[in-house]
Amino acid sequence: MNGFGYLRPGSVEEAVEAYAAHPGARYLAGGTNLVDLLKLGVERPGTLIDIGRLPLGTVQELSDGSLRVGATVRNSDLAADPRVRDRYPTLSQALLSGASAQLRNAATTGGNLLQRTRCPYFQDLDKPCNKRVPGSGCGARDGVHRDHAVLGHSEQCIATNPSDMAVALAALDARVELYGPDGTRRLAVADFHRLPGEHPERDTWIRPGELVTGVLLPAATAGVPSAYRKARDRASYAFALASVAVVLRVTDGIVDQVGVAFGGLAHRPWRARHTELALLGAPATPAAFEGAVALELTHAEPLRDNAYKVPLARNLALDVLNRLAPAPATA
Amino acid sequence: MTGTTGAALGAPAERREGRQKVTGAARYAAEYAPPGRVHAWPVPAAVARGRVTGVDTSAALALPGVLAVLTPSDAAGLAAPEDGTLAVLRTPDVPHRGWCVALAVAETPETARAAARAVRVDYAAKPHDAGPAEGHPDAYEPEDVVGQPGRVEYGDPEAAYAAAEVRLDVTYRVPPLHNHPMEPHATTAHWDGDRLTVYTSTQGGTTVRSVLAGMFRLPEERVTVVAEHVGGGFGSKGTPRPDVVLAALAARHTGRPVTLAYPRRYLPTVAGHRAPTVQRLRLGAHPDGRLTALLHEVTTQTSRVNEFVEHAAVVSRVMYATPSLLSTHRVVPLDVPTPSWMRAPGEAPGMYALESAVDELADALGTDPVELRVLNEPRTEPAGGKPFSSRHVVECLREGARRFGWAGRDPRPGIRREGPLLLGTGVAAATYPVQVAPSTATAEARPDGTFVVRINAADIGTGARTVLAQIAADALGVPLDRVRTEVGHSDLPPAPLAGGSSGTASWGWAVHEACARLAAHPEEGPTVRADTTGKADADSPYARHAFGAHFAEVAVDTVTGEIRVRRLLGVYAAGRILNARTARSQFTGAMIMGLGMALTEHSTLDPAFGDFPEADLAAYHVPVQADVPDIEADWIDEHDSHLNPMGSKGIGEIGIVGTAAAIGNAVHHATGIRFRELPLTPDRILAAPPYQG
Repeated sequence: MNGFGYLRPGSVEEAVEAYAAHPGARYLAGGTNLVDLLKLGVERPGTLIDIGRLPLGTVQELSDGSLRVGATVRNSDLAADPRVRDRYPTLSQALLSGASAQLRNAATTGGNLLQRTRCPYFQDLDKPCNKRVPGSGCGARDGVHRDHAVLGHSEQCIATNPSDMAVALAALDARVELYGPDGTRRLAVADFHRLPGEHPERDTWIRPGELVTGVLLPAATAGVPSAYRKARDRASYAFALASVAVVLRVTDGIVDQVGVAFGGLAHRPWRARHTELALLGAPATPAAFEGAVALELTHAEPLRDNAYKVPLARNLALDVLNRLAPAPATA
Repeated sequence: MTGTTGAALGAPAERREGRQKVTGAARYAAEYAPPGRVHAWPVPAAVARGRVTGVDTSAALALPGVLAVLTPSDAAGLAAPEDGTLAVLRTPDVPHRGWCVALAVAETPETARAAARAVRVDYAAKPHDAGPAEGHPDAYEPEDVVGQPGRVEYGDPEAAYAAAEVRLDVTYRVPPLHNHPMEPHATTAHWDGDRLTVYTSTQGGTTVRSVLAGMFRLPEERVTVVAEHVGGGFGSKGTPRPDVVLAALAARHTGRPVTLAYPRRYLPTVAGHRAPTVQRLRLGAHPDGRLTALLHEVTTQTSRVNEFVEHAAVVSRVMYATPSLLSTHRVVPLDVPTPSWMRAPGEAPGMYALESAVDELADALGTDPVELRVLNEPRTEPAGGKPFSSRHVVECLREGARRFGWAGRDPRPGIRREGPLLLGTGVAAATYPVQVAPSTATAEARPDGTFVVRINAADIGTGARTVLAQIAADALGVPLDRVRTEVGHSDLPPAPLAGGSSGTASWGWAVHEACARLAAHPEEGPTVRADTTGKADADSPYARHAFGAHFAEVAVDTVTGEIRVRRLLGVYAAGRILNARTARSQFTGAMIMGLGMALTEHSTLDPAFGDFPEADLAAYHVPVQADVPDIEADWIDEHDSHLNPMGSKGIGEIGIVGTAAAIGNAVHHATGIRFRELPLTPDRILAAPPYQG
């Protein structure tokens, strides 16, 4: 078999040092995606740094009312956390709509954020893929791409980010906490993943050696009505054809807080800034929602076989927005 | 000549190996570990057509634990197999992507995989043609499909159709589908001198033995084939697959026992699949609904390795009374993986198209779809003119309608709303031919008063051991617990495969005969051998088919285009049901497979690469628990004395036949839109004009 080193550091600092000492290493947590990629030969790290036992497995409430989710908190545990269910329902719903119960029991918060695309050309070493082998081409663009991106794709890559969790986190203004050789930094989840551009091999803005240590759920979106909805080919255990996370607060019929993010449409969770901008301060009416969502999706550039994603995303967003908006007071 | 009247047959006897299976004690092919056993991993061709010009094995052989890498021509010394899919490593030619071009053998599966990946193969690629078949200039009409003419025509159907007062001309499409049994195709092979033993996952061990004996130039008695438990096949293990040849070859090459368990990702190109079909249906009718013309034209594809024709038009020769019929196939050989049997090959896609078209005709005429079928019920088999040995499709439709609550159904489509959901119900008939083949079996009376029945049958999860014991117990006139069944070993009396819904009928006939003779003439014992050659394969003056009816209720989400089945009912007329428990399991299992065909399952032939991107169970969407609703399967009592001593018809496949049409018809009833291409995934639903917004 392909040999690799296996390290189990005792602290976050040790983990990052181990990475620096072993170029090309990979951090291993739940392994639900990385181990598959090892078997496929897509990932061939010289060293695995197992962070599964680092003290990153808890959800803490901070003094400012935010929640800090450790990087190794399991997806199932995060979805079931009463504080998450109560304050950030879109996140709990997104997590529960992903994968299968067995996978959710193993998959971690950090790993979920860093999972790779499920594009079949990426997974097949015998086919071209610019993400796997830069410059080799894209098999999907003229091939089978019904599941692929309609927003923000490039000539080089049309892959989608498969995460449900990240879509909810993006809409909730969550931030990723990273620790690396230069210390700790934080990035908005909505800005954490890249668009493919000329470098589809880079999924995120993470720097070499940086470790995701946690995710911060802000107080500002705690308790704001939110929901997640996902469309898929079967009732469970399928990636999103399209999905939407919506965070919406309406006061006196006017939208005064809104976050909308799409999944399954792009190389990253797609924060719908055009929609949000149009809605903020606008009346929370079906017509306003329709106009605002259209503003975002007008940027879609569907491929030969995935134009359905545009009406699907629109329908999902309108459904959830209308559901979250309080019924207008009757005279 | 129904000759069994005891208490065992028909009872819901428990599956005999159930405990072994749920406790993990049942051993499958890859779990046999003879001393020194090593593992093989195939290298799939990375081009869709061409020739291997060089194989560099040095890097692979340098890995610790690697024993060998077999390359094209390592099997050149074997006799040429009749089945071209088994002609692996004989020549450097690559007929399709995924074809095995080398085989790594190593101490562990992980090392074998790494070695396979380290093999460098150079190709001279040639331009390939992966279709589509529709409109292809190389299409031809095959002479023969499953022992019937590729084309059947009578009564000037073109003229009759042109003259019909009511005409329907529609085209239905079914994509490539994959069997994906839980247990992959796997073999453990070992040689003891010039004796070969294989533990393999197969629906027919007797054929495996004769194929191996032929290819390795051995007398059959030096080949032992063990297939004690088989984790599903759905047709894809009906004939030997490359795993058994490659494992035996690698074991001989290395002198070590070798296990080759095909990786899931490689199954779509080597294990066979249901070939895609494009089916044009033209129905001509009187205004009262009686058919005047039925034209069913199927276009499909095969590989350049074997001619396999998905015989979807054959059902139109059986189902409806029509004074004129055209039932024909056109097939195109392409540079693609070889299609093969998948549960109800021909009937499943054929009845999807026919039963959808019949529903369309009912809709056009304003006739109830159950009544339209009843109106067109034939008195004899339409294409052959033979009388039916039994045919109770009307009874199935009536009984199903009663149980489903069909009466009073508002036929108007697109009017039942439940919030954003549109609701609808649909019906389709089902048919599957009775097939039976000669078999041998022995029955032995033991001094302790028990009996042992021996037959090289395959239990592919159907409960063959159990039902054969039931047949034996009644024929012997003894309680069920006095009978033991031995199956799945080539030392046992030869028997045909578990396929074509023929296993229980074929094996049961021989078992019944052996047991009945032993009971009547104990002096012939202690062991009596039966051979049904000349009886089981005798021509019947009757058209023999099982029939059924499927009813479905669906909810279509107008927001997402997602469809969920709320209820599914199947009612069957399949002769005598021999085990109520295992029969129900086969019916409902096939209905779930039909649900998958309707809503979730599809493979996509990628024309640029010539294979299927859906290569794992995350991408190939077999229905999951949450997709499966309240399912009910039942049957009517059917007595048919023209079948076999048990009076049974096959039940393994009819449950998938018509299920997809019933669901599709319900989707039309819900939405008012005819979707004519499977599966009915959200992209297809949302592409319809009303949902474009």
